[in-house]
Amino acid sequence: MSEIQFSEEAKRRFDTILSHYPEKRAALIPVLALAQREFGWISDEVADYVGQLMDYPPADVLSVASFYTMLHRKPVGKYHLDVCRTVSCWLMGTYPCVDKIKELLGVEAEEITPDGLFSWNFTECLGSCGTAPAMQVGDRYFENLKPEKMSEIIEQLRKEDESK
Amino acid sequence: MTTMTKIHLTNIDKPGQQSLDKYRERGGYKALEKALTMEPLAIIEEVKTSGLRGRGGAGFPTGMKWSFVPRNTGKPTFLLCNADESEPGTFKDRLLMERDPHLLIEGMVIACLALQCHLSYIYIRGEYEFVANVVNQAIEEAYAAGILGASVMSKDFALDIHVHMGQGAYICGEETSLIESLEGYRGYPRIKPPFPAVSGFLASPTVVNNVETLTALPWIINNGGAAHAAMGTEKSKGTKLFSVSGHINKPGVYEVELGYPLMDFINNECGGIRDGKKLKAVIPGGSSVPVLTAAECVGVLLDYESLLKAGTMLGSGGMIVLDETTNMAQTLSVIADFYAHESCGQCTPCREGTGWAAKVLRNLLAGKGKKSDINLLLKIADMMEGKTICPLADADVMPIRSFLTKFRSEFEAYCTE
Repeated sequence: MSEIQFSEEAKRRFDTILSHYPEKRAALIPVLALAQREFGWISDEVADYVGQLMDYPPADVLSVASFYTMLHRKPVGKYHLDVCRTVSCWLMGTYPCVDKIKELLGVEAEEITPDGLFSWNFTECLGSCGTAPAMQVGDRYFENLKPEKMSEIIEQLRKEDESK
Repeated sequence: MTTMTKIHLTNIDKPGQQSLDKYRERGGYKALEKALTMEPLAIIEEVKTSGLRGRGGAGFPTGMKWSFVPRNTGKPTFLLCNADESEPGTFKDRLLMERDPHLLIEGMVIACLALQCHLSYIYIRGEYEFVANVVNQAIEEAYAAGILGASVMSKDFALDIHVHMGQGAYICGEETSLIESLEGYRGYPRIKPPFPAVSGFLASPTVVNNVETLTALPWIINNGGAAHAAMGTEKSKGTKLFSVSGHINKPGVYEVELGYPLMDFINNECGGIRDGKKLKAVIPGGSSVPVLTAAECVGVLLDYESLLKAGTMLGSGGMIVLDETTNMAQTLSVIADFYAHESCGQCTPCREGTGWAAKVLRNLLAGKGKKSDINLLLKIADMMEGKTICPLADADVMPIRSFLTKFRSEFEAYCTE
């Protein structure tokens, strides 16, 4: 049996997800998303656990997890910045914003800051083309980005973390 | 600004529109009441009469798609709403769901009545979690008000609708990939036939419709298919949402009657080109369609047939506007990187071709390209086109070929020999 366990709330959520589908397999991707929310990323251990819950071998679970870019196969920072580099965002200035992020955080793409708080990566089109450039942080979008707005956003996230 | 009839955006900016009360106050769910008095086949006939075509990108007639669903197979029929909106330049479905979620629910219930479907999913891209929260709240309200559940509006018709979140994959907007993903697998597109109408989700008859397609249904039922068919052009009926981005003064989502002149749209509706610059090119239907030069845009109408005649496509209506300062070689490289990243890897021509084209372009931009690379890129395009299960490779071919052909000198300028 796995060492890790869903919280009581996540277990309830798991049951609700399963109730939405006529076949259990269809719940696999939402369950992986739930597991990532609980444990931060899809480690081999998490894939094992999800496999046990869903009655699928871990290799099968990992083959699915590795297909979807939002499911992380490596740890990320507490606040992971996904910066859109697709055509409309790129036209409106993704790269100047990314340069600023690198300068402020001192890390390259996919690296985590020493305090564990931040990481960033490029992502493809977020559907935010009319409010470009944009980035996604968890369940939020930050839009109409400008290099000079980046330090304000990062400070805001830092403060949010402190007040938690 | 024009005062055209709006089908989708009538109430989009009105306060509180997300709530059931406000939605009803403004005439919401009247179409559903009417649809509940109609025979399923009569609803399908009305949609056929309307001339509505799928608004996700392919433009397939909706009524016809529905009529392919076999009846009395003993299996359930599923309606899947495609809200995976991932085509670069497209952000209209997000607006519809964020601002007017009950319009989508009403459209879906009408479609489910027509198809005799009792279980339906809205496949929303994972990045749109804040959008899904709005939709889920509206679904909860609809259940509480008896619009969804065991007896829709107290009638003998049961319907459940659930939101299903994707987790980041462009390909899942392709309908068979969406079905694979919904079943819990990697989003590999399926070979057709069988078409989803016959064997889709869980090997049952399945219809996949885009958010914009479904949100047209309440208007069509309220006003009749003929009123919808009276708008637009011969082959493009009704209105279309355009998501406008890039070097434009007023980016955003616009609804115009099909057949509206492209240049009037850019200059009058969207406020013209940013900073008083000159137009260089327009990608009219998402990054997967061929680019038009400024000269080619003159006289073009925003409808399926006029854009096809101009050598491009209406696609998703994701219009990307490029001004005279745009570096077309860099732009194509960014677009090619997207397709290389999003290829699912199932078919060799696409897996190898998209990556190869992206590499050749990066090499060219790094000053390490040869003149022969331009013909090599065109050859890679030929080797991908029409040789794969789904249209992702073709979606890479169209920008590659059109950018290289129409702006060849800009690519040659990077070549060292």
